[in-house]
Amino acid sequence: MSADSADPRMGWVPAPRQGWVAPHIASEFPGLGIASVEVDAKPGKSPEPVRRRLRDLSDRTYGSQAIRLRERPIPWAYRVFFRQIGLDPDRTRTPVEQLTLDRLHDGGFRSNGLPGDALDIAIVETGVALRAFDAGSVLGALCIRDSAPGESLAGMPGELEKGTLIIADELQPVGLLFGPTAAGIAVAPGTRRVAVAAVQVKGVPQIAVEEALWLAASTLEAA
Amino acid sequence: MTTISGMPALLRQEEFSGFGVAVGEREARLQLRRQIARLEAELSGLFAEAFGHTEVPHRVEVPAAPPRVLDLGQLEAVRDGLAARVGEAREALVERGRVETANRELVEAMLAAPRDYKWVRVSREDLGLHGCGHWHSRPRLGPIGMLMGWWRVKISSGCPLAGRLEAVEREVEARQASRRPR
Repeated sequence: MSADSADPRMGWVPAPRQGWVAPHIASEFPGLGIASVEVDAKPGKSPEPVRRRLRDLSDRTYGSQAIRLRERPIPWAYRVFFRQIGLDPDRTRTPVEQLTLDRLHDGGFRSNGLPGDALDIAIVETGVALRAFDAGSVLGALCIRDSAPGESLAGMPGELEKGTLIIADELQPVGLLFGPTAAGIAVAPGTRRVAVAAVQVKGVPQIAVEEALWLAASTLEAA
Repeated sequence: MTTISGMPALLRQEEFSGFGVAVGEREARLQLRRQIARLEAELSGLFAEAFGHTEVPHRVEVPAAPPRVLDLGQLEAVRDGLAARVGEAREALVERGRVETANRELVEAMLAAPRDYKWVRVSREDLGLHGCGHWHSRPRLGPIGMLMGWWRVKISSGCPLAGRLEAVEREVEARQASRRPR
């Protein structure tokens, strides 16, 4: 991805860094990818503009949209991918479906502070699956691969089953793909820099991924 | 056509067949994933179409707990599960359509001859329509109409107003409060 862009907004939000996918996984899942941006941000209460934006989003999200959501191209692409990797999207919800369901259940998008709110806004607006990590604990570029024998996820008991799809840095697994984040890698009160990662699957256009990362990063930067 | 340069590979039968199986299996997995994508789209469409009219089965059992690259058998199980749900969902929708058509015909018959359908009540929901309301065959002027055979179909005026419901809730709350021991 090119860092120099004519788009003025890219001047103050860093360009996404493309991660890699293990070749044998990439050959099974063409279109699978991971990209991330890092921004200086501290976790905490969301400022009023962010909370207002969540309220505006709540007003724009209806029950009928929730029913039709799975027919829209990007949420559908994630549902398909979930099925293909053995997850039931009606039990382990895709990020955008989970947020929409919570919105209907709670009567609005609840503010959970930063960086959660920034991610929620970007996920609902674009449908792209985003994750946040403590950038200070992530070593090198993120990747998607299958777990090696004997590998485990910090904070989770036991070893990972061989072949489990994970997000990893150069050193260790940082989280299950569409699952929990490793202890020590998740954003914590001491975090000073946040890495926002987008998982792209077949059917999700690159522009949507870039838009999601930009939305999340700019919200975090502005806060 | 086999060329001479391709012969050594053909002669190393073991390597060749191994390579063929690996490629063939991967191709089969890709093909199954394409079928899963198509069936998921179909099921999503049927689910959305049926919502509010009838319940369609859409749950498919998962073959693996943590996310992983599914093998051929597991992908086949997902594909077959989705295909079965799509079939059931289509059937449920067709059945619902049949019921709604029958109800529409019933309403038309009621409107044409209310006397033949005494006290029959059909709701908008029975016709697959949104909102409240119903068609009710009842006598004009109560008991007098019953005796005289003056029947008509009364069409209700729709959903109760929110204010009215609120008043009912307040009334219920007040009643409960008065019953509470002090």
